[in-house]
Amino acid sequence: MSAPAGSPRPAASARIPPRLGGAGASGAAAPAGPGPAPPQQNGPAQNQMQFPSGYGLHPQNYIAPSGHYAQGPGKMTSLPLDSQHGDYYSGLYTVPTQNVVTPNTAGQQPGAQQMYGRVLPAPHMAGSALGSFPGATSSASHVHTSASVNHHNSPAVGAANSSVASQGFPSTCGHYAMSTVSNAAYPRVSYSSPPAGDPYGQQMFTSQNAPPVRPIRDNSFSGQNTAISHPSPLPPPPPQQYHQEQSLSGYSTLSWSASGLPSTQDNLLRNHTGSLATANNNPTSPVADSLSSSVMQNVQPPVSSPVVSTVLSGASSARTPAAACHPAEPAASVTQPSELFQQKGVDSSSTTSSASPGPNSYDALEGGSYPDMLSSSASSPAPDPAPESDPTSAPAPAAAQPSKVAKPFGYGYPALQPGYQNAAAPPGAGPPSASPVYSGFQQYAQQYPGLNQLSSGLGGLSLQSAPQPESLRPVNLTQDRNVLPVTPVWAPVPNLNLDLRKLNCSPDSFRCTLTSIPQTQALLNKAKLPLGLLLHPFRDLTQLPVITSNTIVRCRSCRTYINPFVSFIDQRRWKCNLCYRVNDVPEEFMYNPLTRSYGEPHKRPEVQNSTVEFIASSDYMLRPPQPAVYLFVLDVSHNAVEAGYLTILCQSLLENLDKLPGDSRTRIGFLTFDSTIHFYDLQEGLSQPQMLIVSEIDDVFLPTPDSLLVNLHESKELIKDLLNALPTMFTNTRETHSALGPALQAAFKLMSPTGGRVSVFQTQLPSLGAGLLQSREDPNQRSSTKVVQHLGPATDFYKKLALDCSGQQTAVDLFLLSSQYSDLASLACMSKYSAGCIYYYPSFHCTHNPSQAEKLQKDLRRYLTRKIGFEAVMRIRCTKGLSMHTFHGNFFVRSTDLLSLANINPDAGFAVQLSIEESLTDTSLVCFQTALLYTSSKGERRIRVHTLCLPVVSSLADVYAGVDVQAAICLLANMAVDRSVSSSLSDARDALVNAVVDSLSAYGSTISNLQHSALIAPSSLKLFPLYVLALLKQKAFRTGTSTRLDDRVYAMCQIKCQPLVHLMKMIHPNLYRIDRLTDEGAIHVNDRVVPQPPLQKLSAEKLTREGAFLMDCGSVFYIWIGKSCDNNFIEDVLGCPNFASIPQKMTHLPELDTLSSERARSFITWLRDNRPLSPVLHVVKDESPAKTEFFQHLIEDRTEAAFSYYEFLLHIQQHICK
Amino acid sequence: MAFTFAAFCYMLALLLTAALIFFAIWHLVLPEYLIHAFFCVMFLCAAEWLTLGLNMPLLAYHIWRYMSRPVMSGPGLYDPTTIMNADILAYCQKEGWCKLAFYLLAFFYYLYGMIYVLVSS
Repeated sequence: MSAPAGSPRPAASARIPPRLGGAGASGAAAPAGPGPAPPQQNGPAQNQMQFPSGYGLHPQNYIAPSGHYAQGPGKMTSLPLDSQHGDYYSGLYTVPTQNVVTPNTAGQQPGAQQMYGRVLPAPHMAGSALGSFPGATSSASHVHTSASVNHHNSPAVGAANSSVASQGFPSTCGHYAMSTVSNAAYPRVSYSSPPAGDPYGQQMFTSQNAPPVRPIRDNSFSGQNTAISHPSPLPPPPPQQYHQEQSLSGYSTLSWSASGLPSTQDNLLRNHTGSLATANNNPTSPVADSLSSSVMQNVQPPVSSPVVSTVLSGASSARTPAAACHPAEPAASVTQPSELFQQKGVDSSSTTSSASPGPNSYDALEGGSYPDMLSSSASSPAPDPAPESDPTSAPAPAAAQPSKVAKPFGYGYPALQPGYQNAAAPPGAGPPSASPVYSGFQQYAQQYPGLNQLSSGLGGLSLQSAPQPESLRPVNLTQDRNVLPVTPVWAPVPNLNLDLRKLNCSPDSFRCTLTSIPQTQALLNKAKLPLGLLLHPFRDLTQLPVITSNTIVRCRSCRTYINPFVSFIDQRRWKCNLCYRVNDVPEEFMYNPLTRSYGEPHKRPEVQNSTVEFIASSDYMLRPPQPAVYLFVLDVSHNAVEAGYLTILCQSLLENLDKLPGDSRTRIGFLTFDSTIHFYDLQEGLSQPQMLIVSEIDDVFLPTPDSLLVNLHESKELIKDLLNALPTMFTNTRETHSALGPALQAAFKLMSPTGGRVSVFQTQLPSLGAGLLQSREDPNQRSSTKVVQHLGPATDFYKKLALDCSGQQTAVDLFLLSSQYSDLASLACMSKYSAGCIYYYPSFHCTHNPSQAEKLQKDLRRYLTRKIGFEAVMRIRCTKGLSMHTFHGNFFVRSTDLLSLANINPDAGFAVQLSIEESLTDTSLVCFQTALLYTSSKGERRIRVHTLCLPVVSSLADVYAGVDVQAAICLLANMAVDRSVSSSLSDARDALVNAVVDSLSAYGSTISNLQHSALIAPSSLKLFPLYVLALLKQKAFRTGTSTRLDDRVYAMCQIKCQPLVHLMKMIHPNLYRIDRLTDEGAIHVNDRVVPQPPLQKLSAEKLTREGAFLMDCGSVFYIWIGKSCDNNFIEDVLGCPNFASIPQKMTHLPELDTLSSERARSFITWLRDNRPLSPVLHVVKDESPAKTEFFQHLIEDRTEAAFSYYEFLLHIQQHICK
Repeated sequence: MAFTFAAFCYMLALLLTAALIFFAIWHLVLPEYLIHAFFCVMFLCAAEWLTLGLNMPLLAYHIWRYMSRPVMSGPGLYDPTTIMNADILAYCQKEGWCKLAFYLLAFFYYLYGMIYVLVSS
């Protein structure tokens, strides 16, 4: 067995030779430990490490990985690049490497890190086995490690192991109740700490299955439990190998256990230890790894982002055809039985892939290979390769795999940011309730305050403490004038048991308007509340488990991804929580098939986290992953040159050229247009960019086929030349026409072979060629209270173009920088249906309107550097009985539940309306799952899965208790936009009012003591009328106030595609008083103290002349300064001696060295940090004309054309009483 | 027995209705509307007022439906970007089933009408 195990490694090593060398060096260095340690400490890395270990459990996976591995390196490197991951990688990787890999890796450090896992194997094989043992045994302190190392043959390894072990063990010890002391201390220990070790250890062993293994295992365990059991027990050489294997396996197991367990030790401690250990670890064999991994887990419980061991295979496959990968593996496997296993694993995977019918469309892809996922459960071929692999062989492979496992580590990216690592609790990591490990649980809870969880946690506090009573407490709206809470409104927490609640998806990504789903449509109708989901699927996450696995486990019938809410019937079967079909757990998902003692599938990260990301195999591709391709289509007519946006754009591009997401294949192109279309030949080798002019706009053609979109890296100098020249190139143009349509057609032709992103900058109405538009706005109708026309497109040219683009995986993003009417309603179609995004800068001028120019600059910075996913599809599934019916957002609906997204960006939000088709009486929980399949900018196919679980209730009171009023408002806003376009604005407004009237009257009829004089709402709905009033006064829906058509349409576009958090600020701004900021209740972010002033209600009655107020409207900040505002404040914060000297246009707060200035700025910076689009700041004096804009946002006040809040309540009451 | 124009119209309507049934199922909008309009014209020429009266509501519906279609440069009724919304899809399907029923009934009525005209003349 051992031999085989070793063999695999060699293969891996062969590929990565350089690294190995590095590793060796590192190994030597390892003892020094401390040096390397720091990097390791990064929380994220550690976390990731854990995961791998988890994967390690599955031998099969490993095998596959190994094969892929070879290919892996390339990918590995690429991964780090990912915008999100980039930061993490280094930290994570390093750690993993240390743990996982053996000495080699240790040496490598950050650079090498990725490689590590793989590299290690080789080293391990030889001496590491011994080392590993010691490590395990030595579990105790680092110090030990050194000693242990000595004991063991491979010093480096030993050291590594020991250190690792010690760390790892401690954690385990804690769990088990073994004395934590042991951890730190040297391992004293007792053996087998069964608890932790058992499940895992057994599995591990079993998987390895070699008899010798068990002894080894014991040792290792002992190591964990006891102090150093020393390798000596292990002595037999073979055992050593096993140890290694075991260690690997154990590693994984350990990590799992660790993750599952709440480590008794402090996180910090763990981290440190972990880091140290890792540093030491070099070689350590798997054991060490495992230990370290465990440690890691402890430390970073949050880590949830474990990379699955299999990762390698996945990764490799992603890049290269599966077939290619396979060959590689066999070669590696050659050596031994273990190899055989690997081969089998590989084969199986390949077979599986082959078995699955080739996807014909993306639809099929996301669905899995099985097109008719839903309908034909039986018919669909089983994806699982697992069955094929022999159990017997499996053990051997396991050993081999461990080495591979290491690689997985590399892959796993702990999404945690460095800062967060320690702090971040493992939100997702929450151990399954069932697991014995649980003892640790409380600790997790403590850690919980993880960023993501924070909000839900707080929400939980408020709601949980008095769940029903509080949210159902009747509130008399007409008497309670202060319904707005002083703290931000948190998402209500579904009334689930604690375990499920912890596992549930973050409300930031996934929210439902009703956190308690009514049992029947009749009940829903009675409640008169909208039912729907609000999604923010591609949000930037601080932590994200990334899983690489040969087999992505999905329900055979509905193709649901396995998630925390499935139930395991036994070790071999799980029941889908959406369609209730019972599925087999694939071998790969179990720990060790050989011994038939299965691992714990419920401990896999897929089952521990409701938000996970899979690295998809080639089954999920229709074509090789596309490179990142960016095309800029720029208006250079007189109008555009006059506005001067080119300077800002080119400057931003020059600054961010290296930060554009992408890999070495990234391509970029430029195209400008006025009445003609100008292409730019940037072919490498040219001395300067060549402009090619096409004046035939009726039938656009591409002047040259392939040099217009060029490789960013190869032609960087030419691109820079062009960007430097562009702003001045057209300064004297007299061309006023704009041939946008033909330019878009040219862009489409240019992009259609690859797909990618087209960024269109337009400054006026298109006036030439296809898609030309006429001005439709009648300025006299801007403040009409009756009919608002022209909310829909004037032509379907842009829609058809968008659909064509969508079909070619091209998204069109529109930047409209216009001072006059530009018919955004028509132009927006090009982005709406191609999954692009829309930016609008009314009255943009680079010198006359500096605040807009600055906003453009900041928005561009974000736009150019944010994450991006290509050729994406998103499918939303829900429990049988529920059905989706309408989608909101920017996309094209390919089939009834599949959204086609040419691009996906982190700022895109979606909404879905739901209906209840069948009674849900036989279930107590419903689940929703969003699966977003996309190609990362590094050319990897990935699937991000979010799963939300909600309770089903049968009484109307419970339904009301669970209303998420913000989500409901956002969904209503989306529906109202649709209604405005398809019917009329007044219809939409009526519908909004009716939504309040209906729901409140329905509630009124459920409470017995109905007071006709009062307007009663449940506490959960008390903000409903206020928010609806805010919606009615929003630019999109207001009437009577002068609103430019483009502004209105833009607001509607925003409503459709903004995620909930940002949309809520647009609808109901937050008002704070900032002239008396204190540190009371302040929070600490990145070493800064951020004051948290209470929210004020949006009414002029709250504005005192003595105060200064900050209004946060999402994309705009207003600071209103009262006439008699304290001069100290004006001086300290605004830098002006008195009120009179405050300039009329002030868009910055000076950086003054005073306490109040610091507080104000840190508060504003904190608000800004929380959103993707940088808001513009306006300082508004009480007397300035700009104050009308500010006062428009005071939605509780009466305006000429609209009700005050109190009047609105009376209005509603009248309707109810009718 | 004389082969009258009315009988001819009935026969034509009979055949065309069979075609309409097909179109009603397959959502081929323009052919369906045109054929329906055509045999309404035939009935008008044959002065079959009762039959024409039965068809007028549907003809009016077709005209209204086509007038209020989404903005679109080519012919067609269904907008690819909205047709997949469940409520719109459900409406269109319901509409299809109703028309199918109408055409089927009309089919037998025309059959009866044709034979009646042929026999009585």
